[in-house]
Amino acid sequence: MSVDVQQLEGRKAMMGLIRRDLKLAFRTPGQSLNPVVFYLMVASLFPLGIAPERETLSQLAGGIVWIGALLAVLLSLDSLFKGDNDDGSLDQLLLSPHPLPLLVLGKVIAHWLTTGVALIVMAPVLALMLHLPERAFPALMASLLLGTPLMSLAGGIGAALTVRVQRSGVLITLLSLPLYIPVLIFGTGAVQSAVDGMGYAGHLLWLGAFLVMGLCLAPIAIAAALRIVVDG
Amino acid sequence: MLEVVQLRCERDDRVLFSELSMKLSLGELLQIEGANGSGKTTLLRILAGLSGDFQGNIFWKEKKLSSMYADFRLSTFYFGHKPAVKAELTPVENIRWRASLRNESPSEDRIFSALEQVNLAGFEEVACGHLSAGQHRRVALADLSISVSPLWILDEPFTAIDVHGVAWLETVLAKHVKEGGMVIITSHQSLSDISGTVRKVKLDDFAGGFLEDEFDDEMDSGAFL
Repeated sequence: MSVDVQQLEGRKAMMGLIRRDLKLAFRTPGQSLNPVVFYLMVASLFPLGIAPERETLSQLAGGIVWIGALLAVLLSLDSLFKGDNDDGSLDQLLLSPHPLPLLVLGKVIAHWLTTGVALIVMAPVLALMLHLPERAFPALMASLLLGTPLMSLAGGIGAALTVRVQRSGVLITLLSLPLYIPVLIFGTGAVQSAVDGMGYAGHLLWLGAFLVMGLCLAPIAIAAALRIVVDG
Repeated sequence: MLEVVQLRCERDDRVLFSELSMKLSLGELLQIEGANGSGKTTLLRILAGLSGDFQGNIFWKEKKLSSMYADFRLSTFYFGHKPAVKAELTPVENIRWRASLRNESPSEDRIFSALEQVNLAGFEEVACGHLSAGQHRRVALADLSISVSPLWILDEPFTAIDVHGVAWLETVLAKHVKEGGMVIITSHQSLSDISGTVRKVKLDDFAGGFLEDEFDDEMDSGAFL
């Protein structure tokens, strides 16, 4: 290959892409606020629907916060590559000399910064509302910190595969949910262990291992999916 | 530099073109002509490496394109139907991210002078959402005039551009070709101003027909040939 790898500033392009997507998110705040509002609604409906008693809620709180976060991420995935596909930016992305997985990773990081981080910030408020015992807060925050980027990465694969599909919401959910189940199990598992006063390091380590795996493999899968979909 | 050998492409049981061979060297402009639906955009997407659904070979610098993608993409500017301009960003910001994807980082002055050339002076800090469709394409064309890529693949660049813009774009193309660049362009407009260097490929000459028998009648009448 005749390209001098040194002259390619892939990381700069990735950072540029992250900055661009953050700018887009800040200038159209509605899109990134949607999942957060949805999150708040889901979590606040549970006490009304099940029981407002402290004992019941504190048992369920971890699961509710986690499921709410998961659904909110699913809701936001649709827009991950759609906008770029609609205005032709996706072609420019695919034709860049930089490694596509790197650029795609930039997009996923920007997605996490605009949705995942907001969900993490909201989580303690919701947990308080749902009477999660105080000793479980560190577990909740740590598990979400590891889990939300993982959900952005895994969901990116579904978003990439459905980028040319009209109204792809349900399809993305179907594609992403199997990948989300282990994350949910270990995430809520960590919180539940903490509620019961047991150690939760094991759950977090599993989440960490998944995250490392996702960081390595998901960008490659997303890049391949985009190339296949745009080819058609 | 870019060579296409015996290219054949089918879409939906229709042969868009077959036995298409052509060559593009430095300092040449290739205009691809054809009726609507004759596969001009498909051909450009194949040449740009966006589509792999074809038979035949494409060579870049005497090597197979599939083994030269990094070098090829570093040397290529693709201008598609959609201008790839973000409505929420200003023209300057749009050119920035587009250039950084091509591994270029043009200076502020360079961007401003390019925007001035496409009649967007004064709009530098206005979000593109407030601009018209033609102005969106002008932002992308300003980016084109900045780019240092030798090979330009332009799909209908004159669409939605006014008379002055067309004249300006023709001089930009002429200058690029004169400096040893390469251009592949689809356009229904005849490129009169660029003298001597324009070569034309009429896609209709390479068109096949429908693959299925029931369309034989139409083929005989020449409707699809």
